[in-house]
Amino acid sequence: MAPKNTVTQVNTQAPQKILVEFIVNGAETKLNVAPWTTLLDALREHLDLTGTKKGCDHGQCGACTVLVDGRRVNSCLTLAVMKDGAKVTTIEGLATNGALHPLQQAFIDHDAFQCGYCTPGQICSAAGLIAEGKAKTPDEIRELMSGNICRCAAYPNIVAAIQQAMGSS
Amino acid sequence: MINFQYARANDVADAVRQMSADPTAKFIAGGTNLLDLMKDDVEQPSRLIDISRLPLKTVEETTDGGLRIGALVPNSDLAYHPLVTQRYPMLGSAILAGASAQLRNMASTGGNLLQRTRCFYFYDTVTPCNKREPGSGCSAIKGINRINGILGTSEACIATHPSDMCVALAVLEAKVHVLGPSGARAIVFADFHRLPGDTPQRDTNLEANEIVTAVELPAQGFNKNYTYLKIRDRLSYAFALISVAVGLEMDGNTIRQARFALGGVAHKPWRNTAAEGALNGQTANQETFMRAADLVLHDAKGFEHNAFKIDLARRTIVRALTQAAKGTPQSQSNKKIA
Repeated sequence: MAPKNTVTQVNTQAPQKILVEFIVNGAETKLNVAPWTTLLDALREHLDLTGTKKGCDHGQCGACTVLVDGRRVNSCLTLAVMKDGAKVTTIEGLATNGALHPLQQAFIDHDAFQCGYCTPGQICSAAGLIAEGKAKTPDEIRELMSGNICRCAAYPNIVAAIQQAMGSS
Repeated sequence: MINFQYARANDVADAVRQMSADPTAKFIAGGTNLLDLMKDDVEQPSRLIDISRLPLKTVEETTDGGLRIGALVPNSDLAYHPLVTQRYPMLGSAILAGASAQLRNMASTGGNLLQRTRCFYFYDTVTPCNKREPGSGCSAIKGINRINGILGTSEACIATHPSDMCVALAVLEAKVHVLGPSGARAIVFADFHRLPGDTPQRDTNLEANEIVTAVELPAQGFNKNYTYLKIRDRLSYAFALISVAVGLEMDGNTIRQARFALGGVAHKPWRNTAAEGALNGQTANQETFMRAADLVLHDAKGFEHNAFKIDLARRTIVRALTQAAKGTPQSQSNKKIA
């Protein structure tokens, strides 16, 4: 049988939009989105929060990492409609009253990036890591940050930055 | 990703009802595997039934000393649950060996069981794949099959089940509780996943419209002599080439009872009770372990790019049994293999 590359079901109905009410970076937010809108696309395309990056869009690179109810998740593999009522924090929501989050400052202090594309995901992931409280040693930081790829390979500086922030939090 | 309808299930019975009403619907919980497959058009559900808010998120002790794990308990919560780390550390270790911290925060217990193979051809919709498109053929048998199976394969499919957690659940002899249109039932873990045979499109023995509600562990947790040893191309965040979960009951240096299972080798976590039986009553040493490994791998069959897995499996079994017998389980953060 010849291989198929066809989408077998095409829904030709107009997108059925669903109301999502959630708190994004502390602000109550209402949004009408089609069910197939990922949280990542909702943030970037509907709320203009472009700090969260789209890398692989398949949960493999970690660039899209945000905090949902305080837990780090891949926003590319999360449907916005499923997060109705949730509290979402992105890189734009980490600074308080104009003061950088300790992780943001630590990434600057340690030059923990080159191109910077993975950085928002790295920082949100590190914020989740610190909240989880499971990583104490550099080995543990490396292991529990392995969902965030840095193709510039700034890993040693990222580990150092996280260690600094852990010390201050 | 194709367009789809979205609905929430109000309770578990409602989830079953909604699924029964739409044969092309799918349940979504964590979504980490399903949305990935939908983005590649491997899965094309007409409707997603959101079960993520159902009350299946508790870990409870059972009256016979075991543990009942709700199907929606996230993988990370389960791995770090005090009752798991104290009584079933092999399970916690296996979970932490898989995926990334973000994915473990999202992925559910039931979803981990139901995740699909990562065979390249299953994901690649322009090539034949009997699992994705029954009757179209298997591209892996003569293709890039480095990550594929060496045990229990068929002419129709040589895919492997990708879970780490399930390898530990096989050793622990968990039960899977499900609910369907005709009521609730429990499936013993060895019968939950299937071998590919000539129906590789079916990964499990779940019937149509059944939903996983819980995974139950018996009391025996092998919390002294255990390990989960995973060998892969990267030190973290990669699927197993070979993994071995071991639980032993030791009496000095004598093995009183042995169980072990392999991941990365077959369409389901692979146990061989004859090989386990060959360890019982024996002194824990390399010779004993080699004999058990030979029994497991006697019928192993490699393909062009994965024959190395047979020897790798032999050495991983011996190393894992050694770790478990010594009571020095593999660390999942310091990757040095002791």
